[in-house]
Amino acid sequence: MRGDRRLFRGLDLSLSPGTYVQLTGPNGSGKTSLLRILCRLLEPAEGEIRWEGANIRSLGEDYFTAVTYLGHRPGVKDELSALENLTIANAVNGVEVDTENASGALQTMGLAGRERLPARFLSEGQRRRVALARLLVSNTRLWLLDEVLTSLDKRAVGLVRSLIEEHLNRGGIAIVATHQELELSAGVTKRLELTT
Amino acid sequence: MLRWIVWRDLILAWRRRSDILSTVFFFVIVVSLFPLGIGPETQLLRSIAPGVVWVAALLASMLSLGRLFANDYQDGTLEQLLLTPQPLFLVVLGKVLAHWIIAELPLVLIAPLVGVQFDLSKQTLWVLFVSLLLGTPILSLIGSVGAGLTLGLRGGGVLISILILPLYVPALIFGAGAVEATIIGVTPAPNLYLLGAFAVVSLLFAPWAASAALRISLE
Repeated sequence: MRGDRRLFRGLDLSLSPGTYVQLTGPNGSGKTSLLRILCRLLEPAEGEIRWEGANIRSLGEDYFTAVTYLGHRPGVKDELSALENLTIANAVNGVEVDTENASGALQTMGLAGRERLPARFLSEGQRRRVALARLLVSNTRLWLLDEVLTSLDKRAVGLVRSLIEEHLNRGGIAIVATHQELELSAGVTKRLELTT
Repeated sequence: MLRWIVWRDLILAWRRRSDILSTVFFFVIVVSLFPLGIGPETQLLRSIAPGVVWVAALLASMLSLGRLFANDYQDGTLEQLLLTPQPLFLVVLGKVLAHWIIAELPLVLIAPLVGVQFDLSKQTLWVLFVSLLLGTPILSLIGSVGAGLTLGLRGGGVLISILILPLYVPALIFGAGAVEATIIGVTPAPNLYLLGAFAVVSLLFAPWAASAALRISLE
């Protein structure tokens, strides 16, 4: 429910490790709301979400050690360099990453040579890559990605695909809202289509 | 993790030093306008000094409070802060602490200097300093609730003043009262104690209220 409008109902889904859920649906059908409900930024009007059998509300803050959410806005600070963005975001999360690992992750994301540049000099797609580098250094098991493929080039989309494949092979779960088809060669792919 | 939030905000503020400086200059200018406008009537200046300095501090903190959560909200980092594995009030507390260091502490340090313009005695300047040191955390703490509530609203800057300035009144009364007591030659202790008590109460309630406000604003 958003305001007095019902977005979806009767959603019943259980996901096992190694599952990739492609969340599709027209604009305004509630993809973002569903992802935000899954990471507790929104409260569902009814029903509950369980993580390893426990309601995520009762798990409290511990739930967030298992989840990485990347939203529409990349969550990258203009004043900080790509490297600082990555290390500080992780440190605030309680995962301290050393500079070597962090710059390694940024290089994997194709930002070699730009690690120390303030993020305001980066393009939209490059900022997105900085945000995605967080997936490389955090070891959370549930990834909630909201339209992360926008403004990424083909190579970067390929990178995201291989990131998700590795994640599924490690027994992770990824729920991705996207209009672009990702053909994954690993894990189980489920499609969830929301309608208006 | 709390120290990382504080550290992060301090780095960000350092990278945008102009924001800190504008708050400090605003405070200095507002306080200096009064002696310039009134002229060298030391008796009058001395009696208005506590109120003027304190009101200027309240207004200066209004300038910086709008930025407390707004910048993080716009680039999406606030969402990420909400998803860190720690109670939200600790996140708020970290940001409030950083805000106090960035926006209020410089005012506290510079207040005795601008107070000289009002012909205050050494002891009065000292009490002014102590009263601001005790009182400015209240401004950051209560202000965070207003900043959380007005997050993402158009014209939030004006709204935050209307919401928060009335809540600052006790701090203003006890803070200015302590300085005034010193000027007329009685002990400032009771006012300072009450100011301290108010600071403790806001430390207990404000982070909790501000986190509730943030949750609502981010829905």
